[in-house]
Amino acid sequence: MKLLKLMRMTVVVSALGLGACATRAQDADQIKQLKLQLEQMQTNFDRVVQEQRAQIESLKKQIAAMQPSATNAAVATTIATSPPTGTMPSAPAEAVAKAWSPTDPIRIGKGRTYADLGLVATFAAGGSTANDIEGGTQLGGHDPNQRGFAVQGVEMNLQSAVDPYLRGNANLLFSIDSGGESFVELEEAWLETVSLPGNLQIRAGQILTDFGRINTQHPHSWAFVDTPLVNGRFLGPDGLRNPGARVAWLMPTPFFSELSFAVQNSHGETATSFRSGGHSHGGEESEEGLPFGYRHPDNDRGVKGFGDLLFTPRLATSFDLTDSQTLVLGASAAFGPNSSGASGDTCTQIYAVDAYWKWKPANAHGGFPFVSWQTEAMLRRYQLGMFDWDENGDGLVDAGEVVDPGTGLPAVLASETVTDWGFYSQVLYGFRKGWVAGLRLDYITGETGDYEKLGLTLDGEPLGRDPLRNERWRVSPNLTWYPSEFSKLRLQYNYDDRRDIGVDHSIWLQFEFLLGAHAAHKF
Amino acid sequence: MKTLNSFLLAALALTTTTAQAKLNVVCTTPDLASIAKEVGSDKIEITTLARPTEDPHFVDAKPSFIVKLNKADALIHGGAELESGWLRPLQDGARNAKIVSAAKGNVRCCEGVQMLEVPATLDRSKGDIHAAGNPHYLSDPENAKIVAHHIADAFGELDLANRASYHVNAKKFTTALDAKLVEWEKALAPFKDRQVVAYHNSWPYFAARFGLKSELFLEPKPGIPPSPAHLAEVIAKMKELNARVIIVDPYLNRKTAETVARRTGATVVDVAQFPGGVKGTEGGYLAFMDYLVNSVAKALEATR
Repeated sequence: MKLLKLMRMTVVVSALGLGACATRAQDADQIKQLKLQLEQMQTNFDRVVQEQRAQIESLKKQIAAMQPSATNAAVATTIATSPPTGTMPSAPAEAVAKAWSPTDPIRIGKGRTYADLGLVATFAAGGSTANDIEGGTQLGGHDPNQRGFAVQGVEMNLQSAVDPYLRGNANLLFSIDSGGESFVELEEAWLETVSLPGNLQIRAGQILTDFGRINTQHPHSWAFVDTPLVNGRFLGPDGLRNPGARVAWLMPTPFFSELSFAVQNSHGETATSFRSGGHSHGGEESEEGLPFGYRHPDNDRGVKGFGDLLFTPRLATSFDLTDSQTLVLGASAAFGPNSSGASGDTCTQIYAVDAYWKWKPANAHGGFPFVSWQTEAMLRRYQLGMFDWDENGDGLVDAGEVVDPGTGLPAVLASETVTDWGFYSQVLYGFRKGWVAGLRLDYITGETGDYEKLGLTLDGEPLGRDPLRNERWRVSPNLTWYPSEFSKLRLQYNYDDRRDIGVDHSIWLQFEFLLGAHAAHKF
Repeated sequence: MKTLNSFLLAALALTTTTAQAKLNVVCTTPDLASIAKEVGSDKIEITTLARPTEDPHFVDAKPSFIVKLNKADALIHGGAELESGWLRPLQDGARNAKIVSAAKGNVRCCEGVQMLEVPATLDRSKGDIHAAGNPHYLSDPENAKIVAHHIADAFGELDLANRASYHVNAKKFTTALDAKLVEWEKALAPFKDRQVVAYHNSWPYFAARFGLKSELFLEPKPGIPPSPAHLAEVIAKMKELNARVIIVDPYLNRKTAETVARRTGATVVDVAQFPGGVKGTEGGYLAFMDYLVNSVAKALEATR
């Protein structure tokens, strides 16, 4: 640019010079001087421009740093308003915003960046009489998993508008398992449409399946330290979530009613009850280490057709019973293939109903007092595939093979459909600001399957009921104190009765803190 | 062809009726609703989400609100984070392009209002502070005027046919407000620089407008419940400054205020941030301000 200018100038100057030369040769010296002066002016000008540019940049930075107060003041003065007649309370001295300097911490807050960033860290301390805490008494992947201290999860959330058409959300979870090993989980990462015709909304990406109530909530917003048993057993330790898409229709009714339908992959460790290859961290494990239904999963096939995907319809409705009472009712179902046996055509169906009722008076302070009741009940029909325990085909009983005492040979398990069901019900009472007392009852059971009636043995020991389907109940009272909306301390006791195993007692103290932006919760 | 024609006719009829239909306006809080009503009059249909006696920071994001927002032509909100704990999931669920943050129908009422107590740094150890400044700005009638004009502009853009009417109404409202303001300033003038103790720091705009001082709070920090040590400190300061009026919102713990009042010989005054929050304020913004000014003036007079 500069070179070009100089060249152009030289051409002009030399043209002038030529003309001058033709008329008055004696002016050659003067022209030379002029030329020099011009060149000097050019360099001066360039320097000044550069200096001004630097000044403008630094001013811009200062303005940006002062933005909030400056715009308000400016707008306030442009809009004709009389200044307050009273004395303005003197703003704190620090309210005068200063320019950012490199030693200042980088602050990310609402409106100052393109995304809201928040972090929730949840820990627990306590103990249990059980020796199989992880996957035994505690079914959730983010439940307290050992005596002493446990990291339940440190969850980072990022959300914002993507563009005028979409908004985005991502939840990344960092944690340390009971063995001290660090791990990262992609809990959720999805985009959602802002406004589609016909009151539709599409969410796509890695999503928590819209099934029941607790499954779509992140653990830190639960009212108890741990996953309900029915969720842990049917939907898995980390809840039902997988890559996929969900379309939800807000129906044109006078009350709230939303019909949604999700399609997701049906394989992976977050698709327990479907084609989950084995057990993920925290997953329920049978005493003998035997898989569900006493048959190994065959999880090799990928997605060959629609039948290999997971389908989840849901209907949610809500009614304001009075000015201070609200009821939410929902019904969900999940259909997809499972990986039981080798045939590859076995399926699972889960049906669920849920209810949530809340009372909060018209003069509640900080959300207190309130009373709420929440229940979810689920029924699972699981098709077990045919399975031959003589996996090496030698016709002999080898170590680690399940034996049918009727034949004395490795068991050949027939295909059958087994039914399990369970529920949890919880009541919360926020009796004063920041204090909540809770009580939860859990129950899960399974109807005895044909394979359980065979009297199968493993290494000479009778297997009895499948521990992954056996009856179990639990009562959990707890007390939570929220010093503010951004921290909590929770003490919970679990009375846990597992059939054929016995009673266990656990006590957990949960503590949590929240940094940065925090998205408001759904009702 | 005939059916197509009649279908088109029906569609046309439908669109004309919608064009003539009233603007469907959803307001987050009753104070905004009362001003919107003055401006919109019979040209709009108003739904208010928060109840007048409710703590506006902690309204439940009820699913029924999603249905209301879904049908809204305009969403009128404070815009200063007062509703940040509950408004967003409602907007997200509403599937309504008319009210998303960049839309004409999304009316951020704080625009143009000079916010007080805008923090330079965001630090939660200072309690529930709002990045945009203290969000309780409508207790200053001058701000109500700004909001009225803002709402009139928004309605005028959304409903061109009635544009003039909205501006006329807003002008009428602000003129009435100006007349009243003289009266209110006169009523509180004798009490210049008197302290008014508040439970929560929601009255700096009121205090600034009428020359009062709102510097003592029963809460040690915004949103943090009063501790005995802090209350003892407040009691000592109240005695020192001869502060003898405590104002309390309907959702706050009146007993705490009463205890402090007993120890200091102070009077507890029931106030609300919203029309309808206390008895006698149901009539709208003017009735609400009338009540505020008169009850505070009365208490200041009695404890002179």
